[in-house]
Amino acid sequence: MAAILTNDNIAPAVFRMVVVAPEVARSRRAGQFVIVRPGPGGERIPLTIADADPERGTITLIYQVVGKTTAVMSLMDPGAEIADVAGPLGQPTHVERFGRVACVGGGIGIAPLYPIAQAMKAAGNDVTAVLGARTRDLLILEPEMRAVVDRVVVVTDDGSYGAKGFVTDALRGLIDSGERPDLVVAIGPTIMMKMVSLLTKEAGVRTLVSLNTIMVDGTGMCGGCRVTVGGQVKFVCVDGPEFDGHQVDFDEMMKRLRTYRRQEAESYEAFRTRHRCRLMERNAEARG
Amino acid sequence: MSDDGNLTAKQRLKIPPVPMPEQPADVRRANIREVPLGYTPDQAVAEAERCLMCKKPVCIQGCPVEVDIPHFIRLVRERRFHEAALVVKQTNVLPAVCGRVCPQEDQCQQVCTVTKSHKDIHRSVKIGNLERFVADWDLEHHPDIEVPDVRKTGRRVAIVGSGPAGLTAAGDLARMGHDVTVFEALHRPGGVLVYGIPEFRLPKAIVDREVDNLRRLGVRIVCNVAIGKSRTLEDLFREGYEAVFVGTGAGLPIFKKIPGENLLGVYSANEYLTRANLMDAYNFPHASDTPIIRGHNVVTFGGGNVAMDAARTALRLGAETSTILYRRSEKEMPARLDEIAHAKEEGVVLRMLQDAIEILGDEDGWVTGVRCLRMALGEPDASGRRRPVPIEGSEFVIPADVVVVAIGNGPNPLVPKTSPEIRTNKWGNIVADPRTGKTSMRGVWAGGDIVLGAATVILAMGEGRKAARSIDEYLRTGVWEESPAAEAAPAPA
Ligand SMILES: Cc1cc2nc3c(=O)[nH]c(=O)nc-3n(C[C@H](O)[C@H](O)[C@H](O)COP(=O)(O)OP(=O)(O)OC[C@H]3O[C@@H](n4cnc5c(N)ncnc54)[C@H](O)[C@@H]3O)c2cc1C
Ligand SMILES: Cc1cc2nc3c(=O)[nH]c(=O)nc-3n(C[C@H](O)[C@H](O)[C@H](O)COP(=O)(O)OP(=O)(O)OC[C@H]3O[C@@H](n4cnc5c(N)ncnc54)[C@H](O)[C@@H]3O)c2cc1C
Ligand code: SF4
Ligand code: SF4
Ligand code: FES
Repeated sequence: MAAILTNDNIAPAVFRMVVVAPEVARSRRAGQFVIVRPGPGGERIPLTIADADPERGTITLIYQVVGKTTAVMSLMDPGAEIADVAGPLGQPTHVERFGRVACVGGGIGIAPLYPIAQAMKAAGNDVTAVLGARTRDLLILEPEMRAVVDRVVVVTDDGSYGAKGFVTDALRGLIDSGERPDLVVAIGPTIMMKMVSLLTKEAGVRTLVSLNTIMVDGTGMCGGCRVTVGGQVKFVCVDGPEFDGHQVDFDEMMKRLRTYRRQEAESYEAFRTRHRCRLMERNAEARG
Repeated sequence: MSDDGNLTAKQRLKIPPVPMPEQPADVRRANIREVPLGYTPDQAVAEAERCLMCKKPVCIQGCPVEVDIPHFIRLVRERRFHEAALVVKQTNVLPAVCGRVCPQEDQCQQVCTVTKSHKDIHRSVKIGNLERFVADWDLEHHPDIEVPDVRKTGRRVAIVGSGPAGLTAAGDLARMGHDVTVFEALHRPGGVLVYGIPEFRLPKAIVDREVDNLRRLGVRIVCNVAIGKSRTLEDLFREGYEAVFVGTGAGLPIFKKIPGENLLGVYSANEYLTRANLMDAYNFPHASDTPIIRGHNVVTFGGGNVAMDAARTALRLGAETSTILYRRSEKEMPARLDEIAHAKEEGVVLRMLQDAIEILGDEDGWVTGVRCLRMALGEPDASGRRRPVPIEGSEFVIPADVVVVAIGNGPNPLVPKTSPEIRTNKWGNIVADPRTGKTSMRGVWAGGDIVLGAATVILAMGEGRKAARSIDEYLRTGVWEESPAAEAAPAPA
């Protein structure tokens, strides 16, 4: 059981939850995640540890409402308890002094990127954050990022804030500027990570991506999270979640992410119909 | 009461085995409730009459934990069921589990004198059925275990993993007065007993009850902690634990490494069974939020208990056909005879001497079929079983929309990876002294599947018990005598 301290709506359908998990808070490192099961009958879902306070014994999760489980979480009040929080899981990010590091985040991917940017900066790197969102309202953690990195470049698909365009446009600018990054860390929608990896492969810039496959146990027991990396089958939960973006078979991964699309929609719809008012009140209705 | 003199051995040999009542095949394939329904007291007594009370009870040697079989069977005959249960529990702490899942036909029942006389395994004394009966009877009539009044030693022991090995070690150590904490990575304790073996073979309520009993003995069970991740073994020692038992099991799914294994609808047996059992995907989307693909034509690769469980689970999830593909013949199948029989009765199709070489899919990435080859049995291989050899030009395709790969599990690497002082063999199993369970790291024991490779519940329990004894001795004497495993290990840096 993990008590919820706060559960705030920080952007349309995006929430920041602080939960009590002292052991995780103490031992987690950048890049690691927890598996959360909200309550009895609930699904186990992976969420990155976006931040932690070892003194208070709390961790911060930032999640987007995309289906039943995240919708259930969005309706939980402070004081309530999450049935299970297991972690930290996964390999921590390999942090060292690379030189110039570009941290590229898209949408909710900015949440998992934040602790990595922090760690990269702490290791003495010159860090540029490239943050992308569909529209201004959906951009999260900009002030937090600004506080830890050297510079922030913002792009929005619709041009409502920062430059108009995709993160790949901004990254290309960075690469061409002569301030070529020595390392790119990209986290966001799978298609974004694929596009970034294509670009950096061509430009010859080392690139790390953090994969968000479907998971069950998160301990290497089921193989449900498997991906092909450099022709080898890897389990994201124990071998990752970070991999060399130039080696990942993104097309296969995108297909596998669709496995339960029909079932997920069915389960989410049923939940939405029952809780529409509360979800609207909480600003938790995703995709319009 | 009935004395051995009442019937002659010859007369006893003539009594036919008492079959255990079961749900009819066509009914049970549509529900997840347990298949065998258990003996009534009269049926149990009737079966118990078949035992010859041998002077040399060879059955005992066939049991890895040496249950005093004739003794408990005699008590059943006398309708002293509680006492019978106590006799079994002297050596077997999970009789309700073992009575259901032990491969008796390879153990106690195989060597039973009655089996030998008839030269027929099916006519053995049904020791497992009787064990299950007394365990269930006892759970019903004496649900509260006696909490022994032992002096607490205050010595802290950590158990990593809550499968049968860990649970047994925890129970024994708690009874010896030690302060025991079990760490489990998943949200529910029980190991394979809750995530792997399906409800229709082992009701989860039985496992929960055993876990509750441990809690009553004072064992602390902490779920959601993966040792090696949030803390290492070294951390546990720093926190004041004086001994650690590692029972992390063989939970690493092995794939066949053939093309198409990452298609949508291809599962490892672990994932398929975990979704269905631990996560209750049978009840998606009502009581459970975890989905599973309900295939029409499900094909499972493998021939062990895991494959049988997956194929029978598929039927309960509504499959029209459920097929097992096995590259040897039925004789070589490692699954329990009862379970092969149950699977066949329920309509699982066994395709023997056939092997998958490719999984086929459509353009969206969904499985559509399996390309197979026929096999013939050649010379015996290292395992003593005849090696399957492909027959040239025998290719064919069977349709499938779900494929389950159940060809084995490797050792869980989490603990050895983060504690390099623990020596492992070339397959990644932890090397432990077979007499004591001691590993090459001081204060650390290991047992169960992580040491033996994918084995059995009863062997895992035996290992937990053995280690508990050795841990107790260590805590009392403080002596860590060098074990063969430690000697062979590379010197610590
Ligand atoms: C290591 C890791 C870290 C993650 N960190 C975060 C995070 O910090 N914040 C956050 O909002 N999300 C994160 N995710 C994704 C998050 O796990 C999923 O959004 C979540 O499982 C959705 O659950 P649901 O029941 O609400 O939706 P579902 O109904 O299960 O899914 C709805 C949609 O999400 C997609 N989806 C389902 N499961 C996953 C999954 N595991 N990953 C990605 N997409 C999925 C489906 O394809 C579907 O389109 C992470 C995933 C991984 C593997
Ligand atoms: C589907 C299936 C059917 C089977 N059928 C039979 C049968 O009919 N009869 C029979 O005798 N045997 C059967 N077996 C085999 C039997 O279940 C195993 O031999 C037995 O469970 C092994 O026990 P164990 O305690 O060693 O490990 P497990 O039961 O595997 O338990 C290990 C536990 O450790 C946990 N763990 C792993 N790593 C960590 C970590 N780092 N930190 C904390 N916890 C961790 C795991 O989550 C798991 O709960 C079957 C196995 C399967 C998979
Ligand atoms: S524990 Fe297993 S092998 Fe031993 S007597 Fe019972 S059923 Fe037979
Ligand atoms: S060997 Fe068979 S007949 Fe003999 S005592 Fe054991 S169970 Fe009874
Ligand atoms: S989630 Fe099960 S192996 Fe990774």
